[in-house]
This record gives sequence, C-alpha cells and structure tokens, in this order.
Amino acid sequence: MSYTIEVNGVKHRVDAEGDTPLLWVLRDILELTGTKYGCGVGLCGACTVHANGEAVRSCMLPLEQVGESSITTIEAIGETRLGRRVQQKWLALDVPQCGYCQGGQIMAATALLARTPRPREADIDAAMSGNLCRCGCYTRIRTAIRHLAESHEA
Amino acid sequence: MSAMQMSWAAGGMTRRGFLTAGAAVGGGLLLSATWPMRRGFAQGASPAGDAAKAGDPGQAVDGAQPVTLYARISPTGLVTILAPNPEMGQGTKTALPMIFAEELDVAWKDVVIEMADYLGGKMGSQSSGGSFSTPGAWLPLRQAGAAGRQMLISAAAMRWAVPAAECSAAESVVRHASSGRALTYGELAQSASRLPVPEPGAVVLKSESAFKIIGRSVVDPDKARIVVGRQPFGIDVKVPGMKYAVFQKGPVFDAEVESANVDEVKSSPGVSHVLIFKGARRTLEGGAGHSAPGIDDALRGGVAIVADTWWRAQKARGKLRVRWNEGAHAGDSTPSFDARAHALFAQPAQQEVRVDGDPERALAGAAQVIRAAYSYPFIAHVPMEPQNCVAAYRDGRVEIWAPTQNPGAGRRAVAAALGIEPEHITIHMIRCGGGFGRRLANDYMIEAASISREIGAPVKVLWAREDEIQHDFYRPGGYHNLAAGLDGAGKLVAWRNHFVGFARGEQFARLAVPRAGDFPAGFVPNYALRTSKIAFGVPLGPLRAPGDNAHAWVFQSFLDEIARAAGRDPIELQLELLAAPLPGEGDGHGGSAIAPGFMAARMIAVLERVRDMSGWAGRHRLPAGTGLGAACYWSHLGYVAQVHQVSVHRDGTIAPDAVWAAVDVGGVIVNPTNAENQVQGAILDGISAALGQEITFDRGRVVQSNYHDYTLLRNARIPRMDVQFVKTDYPPTGLGEPAYPSALPALCNAIHAACGQRVRKLPLKAAGLKV
Repeated sequence: MSYTIEVNGVKHRVDAEGDTPLLWVLRDILELTGTKYGCGVGLCGACTVHANGEAVRSCMLPLEQVGESSITTIEAIGETRLGRRVQQKWLALDVPQCGYCQGGQIMAATALLARTPRPREADIDAAMSGNLCRCGCYTRIRTAIRHLAESHEA
Repeated sequence: MSAMQMSWAAGGMTRRGFLTAGAAVGGGLLLSATWPMRRGFAQGASPAGDAAKAGDPGQAVDGAQPVTLYARISPTGLVTILAPNPEMGQGTKTALPMIFAEELDVAWKDVVIEMADYLGGKMGSQSSGGSFSTPGAWLPLRQAGAAGRQMLISAAAMRWAVPAAECSAAESVVRHASSGRALTYGELAQSASRLPVPEPGAVVLKSESAFKIIGRSVVDPDKARIVVGRQPFGIDVKVPGMKYAVFQKGPVFDAEVESANVDEVKSSPGVSHVLIFKGARRTLEGGAGHSAPGIDDALRGGVAIVADTWWRAQKARGKLRVRWNEGAHAGDSTPSFDARAHALFAQPAQQEVRVDGDPERALAGAAQVIRAAYSYPFIAHVPMEPQNCVAAYRDGRVEIWAPTQNPGAGRRAVAAALGIEPEHITIHMIRCGGGFGRRLANDYMIEAASISREIGAPVKVLWAREDEIQHDFYRPGGYHNLAAGLDGAGKLVAWRNHFVGFARGEQFARLAVPRAGDFPAGFVPNYALRTSKIAFGVPLGPLRAPGDNAHAWVFQSFLDEIARAAGRDPIELQLELLAAPLPGEGDGHGGSAIAPGFMAARMIAVLERVRDMSGWAGRHRLPAGTGLGAACYWSHLGYVAQVHQVSVHRDGTIAPDAVWAAVDVGGVIVNPTNAENQVQGAILDGISAALGQEITFDRGRVVQSNYHDYTLLRNARIPRMDVQFVKTDYPPTGLGEPAYPSALPALCNAIHAACGQRVRKLPLKAAGLKV
C-alpha cells in the first residue's frame, strides 16, 4: 500500500503496510532516527512525536491512521520558537545522561508548554510521567520545565 | 578509521614509561598515555584475597589489558583526543580528555573528542565498567598532558633560542614574557614532535588551585546533537544493503530448537530468511573463557527472522511456532527458590566466609538479640536502548557496529562463535543508550555476526523490549538470615549472617555473595558470615554497583533495626561502630595508592555531613506519617551517606519527598555537572529498584515482559534532592555506581520512620506497600 503523510512540513509517499507503526516509517523508511524505539506498546515515551502539535506515541500510531495529521519529530521541533527554547534549555542544564530517551522527553515537554505555558507540578507529573528515563534525569527535566515556565513571555 | 586512529600504526613513536610521542600522520604532534585498567585490588577482599569469588566488580570488565588515550595536536592548532572507552551516559568520554587537556594547557574550545573504534588491544581493553576510568587515568593523563606542554614549550624555546624556563604556556599558546613573543600550539606541533619525550615522573604538574578545565562543568558535545535528534546510537546505524532481523530465543534460558514452521514464516511480506540456530548450551557454563567473568557470551538457541524492515521481521514473529527442548531448568520458579532458601536457613550453613570472635557465645550472652530475614529479587538492566548490533560478514571478516561496554570480549566471543581470527573483526563503538552493566555482555553481537554470515549481507539485529526483559543477565536475588546481639549498654557486640544465594553446581554465582570485608564486618567483635547455595539456571551479570546494590540494603536496614530495638539514634550507632574498628580494619589497607581500601574516617565525615544537611536532629518534629531514614555505604571507592524523607499518603501510598546525599570521591570533582547527574541518577535508580523492580520465574520462564509489569520509577512526585561533595585529600574516583547502594536502605529506613513498617523483602510493591 502507498500512503502520503506529512512529516516536518514535507509530504512523503510511503510504500508500506497500513498497520506499520509510524515509528518504523520514520526510522527505517524516512531515516528520521531521532525518534526512538523503547517498548513498542506506548509505555515509555521514547517514540514521542507531535501530531498537529499534540504529543503522541508513534509506536502506537499505524501508518493508515496518520491521515492528514501534520507530524513533527525531534529533528524539526527546533524550527518552532518554543521547541528551540526547550532544546537550548535542555543543553544549558545538561539534562541528558545517556540521551536515548531525550528526544521523546523534549517532544513531551514542548507539547506541555505549548498547551500550558506555566504548568503546575501536577501538570508536569501528568505530562511527563509517560516518558521513562532509565538514567534518572527526572530532576533536571523538571528543573528545565520550571525554568522555561518562569521565563515564558506572555 | 580516522587519520589519528591509523597514525600510531604508522610507527615512529618514541616511548618513555607509559608515554609515547612522535609525528602524526598528516602533520603535528601525536601523544599517547597508557595506564592499567584494573584497580589491582579487590574492594573489601576476604583475608584469602579471593576477589573473583567475592564478586569484585573490577573483575567484571575485560580488564586484563591496560588502556591508552591518544591525542593529536594538528598544525592548525586543533587538538583531537581519541576517547578509548565506550560512552553510555557515564561521562568518561568527556572527563578523561578534560584531565589531559588541563595539563596540556590547551584552550578547551580547541579540543575535539573523537570516539575510538575498538583497536584490538592496541588501545587496551577499552571497556567501561566498575567506575574505574577516572581513578585509573587521573595521574597518567595529567602527566601525559604536562609532558606535551613541556615539549611544546621546549620547541618554542629552541625556536627563540631562549631558556625554556623563561617561557610559559596557556590557552594553546606558548609565550616568552620578556620579549613579548608568542607561538600557538599549532605552529609548534611539528617541531615538538621531533623532541624527546620527558620522563613521566619528571614533568611538573599544576597545583589543583590552578585548574581551569578540571572542576568546571563541561557538557559532553554529543548532547548538542542529542537534543536535536541527530546523535547516532547503535540502533540508528544503517549500512548499504542492510537487512533487519529479530531473534526469537527460547522461553527457558538454555532451550534448544527442535523444529519451527520456517516455511510459513518465510511467506510473510518482506521476509527473506528464517534461520534456525541450534545454539551452544554453554550459556550457563561460564563462557568457555571467551568472556568476562559472570557474563557468558555464546549464541543461544533460537530462530532468526530476516526481512527488509524491522517491523516486517517483528510482525512475522507473530506467526512463528517453535518446538523447544527446554532442558534441565524448566522447573525453576520463584516460589521454589524461596522455599529452598527458607529450608536452608533451618540447616547449618554450607560454607564459612568469615568469623571474628565467638558470635554464638556472644549472642547467647547478649542482653538483647534481634533477628530478621531479608530477601531481594532478581532484577533486570533494561537500558532504554534495547540490545542491537549491525554486522557485515564478508569473506571471513566481520565489521561490527555495536553499543557495547566491552568490545574486547565481544570480539573474542564473535571469533569463537564463527571460528574466525579476532584480527579479522572490526568493532565500531557507538554511543550506548544506557548500559548499567548489561552491555558488558555481547550476545547481540554474536547473533548479528552469525546471521550476517548465513545470509551473506549486512544485518541489524534489534531486540524487542520483551526480548530485553526476558533474556537479560540478571542481578541475582538473595536471602539473608541475620541475628545481632546488643550488650547491656546498647552496644552492638555480635552479628551473624547466613546468606543463601544462587549457584551453578558447587560454584556460587559471581557477584551474588557478600564480601568478607563488607561493613559492618571488621567493626563488630563477634561476627560471622556463612553461606549456602541454591542450584539454578538463570544467566547472571553485573548490574550497577554489583553486589553492593543488594547487600547494602540488607546490612544498612538491619543496622537501623538494631538501633531502633536499642532505642538509639541510627546515625549515632553507625558513627559509634565506625569509630571503633577491630585492629587493622578501616584504615585504607588492602588497596593501592590510587585505590585505597575502606577508610572509616571518610565514612564518618559523609555521615556527619548528611546528618547536618538533612536536619536529622529535628526529625521527631516532622508531621505524623512522615519520617527520615539514613544509610551509608562504600562502593567502587566512593563514600556515600544519604538521608531520605518519606511520606505515607492518606491512601497508604509511599512517596519519597526528599533526599540529602553527601559524597566523598576524593579531592577533585572533574566535571561537576556530570558528577551531580551521576549521583542523582544513581539515587533515583536505587529508589526505582526498591519500589517496583522484580524479575520472577515460572516454569523456567521470566514472568515479566514489558514496562507494565517490570515497572521503573516515573517522572511524578520525584523527591527534591540536595547533593554535596565532601572534598578529601585523595585522588578522584568514579561516580557511575557509588550512590546507588545506600539509596535503597535510606528509603526503607525512612518508610519505617514514617509508618512503622519494616521492609524486609523487596520490591515494596511485592511487600504489600502501595507505591
């Protein structure tokens, strides 16, 4: 089957079975490997991308259901002002350790801050607890989000 | 291979001690330093010095060879440093170059760090593990950098015909102050490369107060790529003509394939090959000398499905039906292990590890006796990046791209499995998405190489998360039956422990047994550690802070119990013990200059610091349902004491509120931002293990399969953390592991303080606590 999907502002024609998870389309067909595989069942968040600005688990989104959604990955989120700020804050605070989960973390945090520029602790819990970090970067992830909320220009 | 990686091979280097220098290919000065990888002593070794049996983590890595760092100063002034050890987030890829660059007096902006390939022993073992990179490298790298600086200064002095003593170096420039002349390192590199190498012991090292790079927070340059999704990990490697594979292993660890519906699976879309690998049933027998101790690298029996995309291979796995010969361990189960342990507790111990004084008599005469049995589960490593490897076999040679902690052992294992020469195997080390000890084994490497040879094309093997959880080299579970005696004054006078652990035949699983020197051994006059064995068939390997990651929880929890039973402050009791070692104990003996043995005074200092940081004295004024717990442990040369604050919510949920940690890893913190990351991460890792991590077995099979039933700490209600480094007058030591072990008992002791429940079985969720 052939599908046309929009990824990072570009329309791609993809030949693959309709049940192929978007994750594997991104990684193995479009060669956008910043989106990571971690669990395959939506439990770890390493594969988080944006669909029309909302954080979604690309391992759970079949190609045939992408439809007209505009998909954004970690490689392109820096083209938005907020995405760039989140990436820069992550680097300034040296958030990553091994770094494997961090693309997903940044995508989740960007979606949170886009929706809720000044999140409360409970908002951070809700938005970020779906993204596992085995190295335990959680403290700095929260610090980065708090800094970004404080420096938010209304 | 980069120009520098080829450069040393070109020869022409001169050697002085562990230093070499010479002209680099393409021009400039090439320097190298070589130092021993092994700590050369067993942490807390038994009097008999049987380090391997005692589970010395230094033995867990491929440590027979020294390790080498290369640096090239090019005519353009760029300093390229070849990082020898795999990077998995622990930070050595940055820390080692920082140490070298400091003494070289190069401007950090001129430094480029390049990840080395595995150079087949020419660069030493190149393994990462045991938190030993920093202590081993500290002095040799400083001396190498200073030697380079001295050569550059000499080259400038000769050019100017002035005494070298009148010249100085800073920020990649040599200056002659009185004449105002200056030459950059780039301008001097070529002529410096023709000068003799100074004696390492004769070079002048900086005073620590003059450090400009060491002690400053440096962010690993990989992270600029990580935050934009452009840093390659092993899983991201793609080579021309590459196929994708999954490898279905047996449900029981040493199962062999009898038959499989190969043709049916082969008809799936995109699938090109379905291969049966009989496997070697030596996976539980010690690796036949091809691997690091405790990690058995051999091809396991299974079925490989090869397709044009990974998803198609994985989807085809759904159709796979295999008849397995399940072997001898299909009857193993967690309840049977537990029952066996308790039966062994009732019998005399099988072996004696250490006895001081007369524990039986001291217990019989004690004013108060405290008894408790503790047990902890098997746990898995579950790095976020599942095991994977790309291999390309061609004409008896293999090129491998792998996220591995232990490339040397991997090369030997692939050579043995394929029957080819190790020299015909090239390994590219790719950044690891976490290691925690899992990637000291190289089973994925053998799978990829074996499949590539069969299909005659490059292949990427990627494990699904379920493979990862069900085919690990697990941290072994264990059981401790403890008794302690207090005298009339509430002083600890007797400690007796009967440990039951897992064994293959007559040999204990490595890393399973407490060491004879583990605190409080050496600080209690009447002490006994005795052991008994349970036969089993589960593969085991080192996991972050091997041994300590389990035993610290038992010993530090039981000490807390003892203090409570005596009506005493638990920190005071530990300080009292630490202040009165048995003769010859706790004074740093049994180690070396760079890696001294346990020093009680250093532990006292971190305990006192954390007591003050945490407001310990005011703990009785905390609201009901909130409590503080303390613990300390010496692990991988680092001294860590922690206090945790825990609240029990109205619905009974246990919540860690706050953590205070005092850490002594010597007088210098090489890279503070990374050091804090390592400590925070290790503590959260320990909390995560205590709350929910558990691998159980049923009919020889691992019950857990993904993150829904193998639960990790999530980013909600994370404790606030205060980490302080206590600087002491000792060389710096590593931080990948030391903060993990004491996190678990500090948490559990705080739970007891908060709600009165003593945790004697991990994880908490299996002990009936809500988390």
